[in-house]
Amino acid sequence: MCGIVGLFLKDKTLEPKLGAMLSEMLISLSDRGPDSAGIAIYGAATGNEAKITVQSPKADRDFRGLDAELAKAIGAPVSVAVKSTHAVIRTTPDKVDAAREALQSLRPDIRIMGAGEAVEIYKEVGLPEAVVDRFDVRSMTGTHGIGHTRMATESAVTTMGAHPFSTGADQCLVHNGSLSNHNNVRRELVREGMTFETENDTEVAAAYLSNRMAHGKNLGEALEGTLFDLDGFFTFVVGTKNGFGVVRDPIACKPAVMAETDQYVAFGSEYRALTKLPGIDNARVWEPEPATVYFWEH
Amino acid sequence: MPKAQREQGHARVFDLGQQSLRELNQALHNLAPGSNETAWEVLNPKGSHSVAVGVDQPVSIDVRGSVGYYCAGMNDGAAITVHGSAGPGVGENMMSGSIVVKGDASQYAGATGRGGLLVIEGNASSRCGISMKGIDIVVHGNIGHMSAFMAQSGNLVVLGDAGDALGDSIYEARLFVRGKVESLGADCIAKEMRPEHIELLQGLLDRAGITGVKPSEFKRYGSARKLYNFNIDNADAY
Repeated sequence: MCGIVGLFLKDKTLEPKLGAMLSEMLISLSDRGPDSAGIAIYGAATGNEAKITVQSPKADRDFRGLDAELAKAIGAPVSVAVKSTHAVIRTTPDKVDAAREALQSLRPDIRIMGAGEAVEIYKEVGLPEAVVDRFDVRSMTGTHGIGHTRMATESAVTTMGAHPFSTGADQCLVHNGSLSNHNNVRRELVREGMTFETENDTEVAAAYLSNRMAHGKNLGEALEGTLFDLDGFFTFVVGTKNGFGVVRDPIACKPAVMAETDQYVAFGSEYRALTKLPGIDNARVWEPEPATVYFWEH
Repeated sequence: MPKAQREQGHARVFDLGQQSLRELNQALHNLAPGSNETAWEVLNPKGSHSVAVGVDQPVSIDVRGSVGYYCAGMNDGAAITVHGSAGPGVGENMMSGSIVVKGDASQYAGATGRGGLLVIEGNASSRCGISMKGIDIVVHGNIGHMSAFMAQSGNLVVLGDAGDALGDSIYEARLFVRGKVESLGADCIAKEMRPEHIELLQGLLDRAGITGVKPSEFKRYGSARKLYNFNIDNADAY
């Protein structure tokens, strides 16, 4: 099972409602996966600010005083906005790598959920409604986002095993299915210098895309590559700083429905995830074809 | 009696916005032979799963909107119309009666169906009629890959195109496709349209309410019957 959703807004007037819309979509699919849930939301990138979303099982201890210590360590202004077990660290774009490194020594228990100019990622064990409430996702604004409710098959039920997986700046991926050659692909990617946080098959898919894009492919080309290099069942929904993509494996036994209007492009594992979207009754609704890449960019 | 349950015209109306799916299906299962409640209307399905599953009385049911998984599964005698699209497994294991989907159908529409007529006015997705065992399926649009996989009997009529591996490992079902077929699966071959097939197909088109389409526009596909029983000479074909 697993349930995935995605929403890419074309109409700017909907941006204040992105978090609310995406939350409702994800909650409607709760019974597709009770183990964990997560959501990635892309706000508008300003160009002069980078965000690092971090998580700590001991948030009280780890986030206290972090702004001042990190600012001192990297020599740049830092702000830390705490939301439950997560925090969004803001700094200047040129200091992201330095901040990652400094975090490892300053707060070894902190895990990085994702980083970039636009993306924030919130994920925890539990049902979508609990995760959405915990991080107040409904109040978030943004241009596009993806979400996932997980029925664990390939690795442990932990925060880090939750989707979305982010393995590159402003990139993230959610997955319904299971990959059978993820250990081989992981080994190849490790040889190329990629690092992994979990034993999860989906993290391999995310890293595969990051790796291909680092080699100069665009997201569409990288997604095309999954059809040849990844073995197993998958429906992937991915986000980049300004883009949104969908691909299903050639067997395509994992469900998928898409809808498009003048206002948005939406993805759901099932149609019921889309029923509350504005204008859905007149939307173009279709089932994405197997082995076919769908991709939109702002 | 709640407003939604009151009879509207002659139909008994069920609003899934106010009442539970379990109440609907229980009410349908409670129908006794000869019941006067012969017309039903289901409002606000909003992609719900298992709408009108297991109905075994000859009633008519109009579902106003799109449904999720397994709508009208195991239908035995009812005439069920979905005024919207259907998710995976619509009409799975239908025994008799009819199901009409006004929009598209997702994967494995009519799977393992043993009888009755399933009409999809839009497109059907992959595995349409997989393992069909006597059902008749008529699709106005296209069907996806692996349709009629291991089909055993019944008829699949497609006015549009068929995807990859049509009729893979087919036994005795008849497949009629008007458009192009991406590829044929193992043991599925194009066959001659003899007069009895023209007559059969015309009957199916008539039952599905299709006019302006001639049986001669279709090609027939079926089993080469090489893979019924294991024969070492055919090992490469599996």
